[in-house]
Amino acid sequence: MLKNLKHEILETNVGVLLVGTMIAISIGGLVEIAPLFLIKDTVENVDGVRPYTPLELRGRDIYVREGCYLCHSQMIRPFRDEQLRYGHYSLAAESKYDHPFQWGSKRTGPDLARVGGKYSNEWHVQHLTAPRSVVPESVMPNYPWLLTTPLDYSDVEDRMRALRTTGVPYSTSQEEYQKNVKAFGEATAKMLDISHAQQNLIAQAESGNYDGDRSSISEMDALVAYLQVLGTMVDFSKIKPEDLVKYR
Amino acid sequence: MADNVQNNQGPQTTGHVWDGTLQEYNNPLPVWWTYAFYATIVFAIAYWLYYPSWPIGQHFLTGFGKIEYTNAEGQKEDWHWNTRAKLLKETEDAVALQKPYYDKIMSLPFQQISKDPQLYSFVQSAGKPLFADNCAACHQSGGSGKIGMAPNLADDSWIYGGTYDKIQETITNGRHGYMPPFAEALEPEQIDDLANYVLSLSGNKVDPAKAAKGDELFHSNTAACFYCHGANAKGRQDIGSANLTDKIWLWADVPDAQDTAGKVALVTQVIKGGLNRGVMPTWQGRLSPEQIKLLTVYVHEFGGGQ
Repeated sequence: MLKNLKHEILETNVGVLLVGTMIAISIGGLVEIAPLFLIKDTVENVDGVRPYTPLELRGRDIYVREGCYLCHSQMIRPFRDEQLRYGHYSLAAESKYDHPFQWGSKRTGPDLARVGGKYSNEWHVQHLTAPRSVVPESVMPNYPWLLTTPLDYSDVEDRMRALRTTGVPYSTSQEEYQKNVKAFGEATAKMLDISHAQQNLIAQAESGNYDGDRSSISEMDALVAYLQVLGTMVDFSKIKPEDLVKYR
Repeated sequence: MADNVQNNQGPQTTGHVWDGTLQEYNNPLPVWWTYAFYATIVFAIAYWLYYPSWPIGQHFLTGFGKIEYTNAEGQKEDWHWNTRAKLLKETEDAVALQKPYYDKIMSLPFQQISKDPQLYSFVQSAGKPLFADNCAACHQSGGSGKIGMAPNLADDSWIYGGTYDKIQETITNGRHGYMPPFAEALEPEQIDDLANYVLSLSGNKVDPAKAAKGDELFHSNTAACFYCHGANAKGRQDIGSANLTDKIWLWADVPDAQDTAGKVALVTQVIKGGLNRGVMPTWQGRLSPEQIKLLTVYVHEFGGGQ
């Protein structure tokens, strides 16, 4: 039987070759992708990770629109050099509400997974407007329009509803709201309520004053609010390092 | 293929004939290559057995490889090989290597650290990347600072104090510069007088009459500038108010202004609008107390330390 199974059969029958190729490729895909959905510890069970607030979410959209991910990753790998430079390695749990995730695979600029809180809002505004004014060797483009373009938040509810269909727990009903109160606490649950999204967005932009100008809400407000929350949700001082080891 | 024919090794073809005449040569892979290929298969099996590999239902084959590390309770424990365990182990090893230095840094008073040549070179080599990663974005390389962003750390002028303790406090807790706006509280002429006076303090040529009026206003309860900047206008480091008598400017780029009017305009802007900036983030949590102490010495050694 085995003697008759010659490679020649594959080489001389295009239909068999096609089926054989598809089987070989799907094995590769199944082995690499399927386990991530099946293995129960892929996403770590850690406290603190919450969906983005409406303002942060709009900031994230601008991040994607401007293509920040083309040069900046958001994935600190568990290597010593990366930990020394960027901070604690990224957890799968930290991007569980990201659709699509911004892990990236290209670093022309530094990783941004833990940039939140590392610089002041002022610095971000200055740096996004004119990067070389603070980092002379930078090759990052200038983004001066962020400061002058008013943020369009008219459709923020729709954006939240779209994410809700992917499983992000933005709430549309009292029942879902109560679930969020239990999961994230009252203050966060209020921010995740779609019916108050615009109101919450305006309130956060005004109290945070991310772009240094309280008179209007610019795209800069949203982007800086987003950057300032990156990597800050999980309090690693409360987690034993070996517990994270055991998730893998 | 042509070689095959020239060497007259006979017709090594696959045996198929297409169209009556077309034949295909058969060139088997070299033996060494075939065995190397089999060897990679054997290697792969060994690899699967040592490292985490095949998924099995909700779990996976963890492999025989183990990594031993010290847990949070200080006890040795091991876990199957994975990159997180490996990082934990490598971090422990590196920390152990640096421990003698950091122990010494933590036990010695600041003044002693830079006097010990070995410790001094450790501070310099470990401080350089720490400063570059965390501080240089605002304070620039070498701590030269930037007008409108962050103060120079290499000069003798300190906003919050240049002693070791103060530098450590600043790095640990961060800072937030604040000056109230005076646009509502004062008349435009009064602000103009004050700007002239403030500029006169650092030797700028201004309108002496206006400066005299500004002097009076500065020390009066109407403007009350002296509350924060002091009667001698030298600033107070406990609240981070600027010394107005030196030629160092952080927020109003006076040295860059073309003429007196330009200088007055810059200072007027600050008095009118106040300041709510100069925010330095807190580094507690991001850096360890050991790293902060080392960085304190590193920054102090830029030359401005007091």
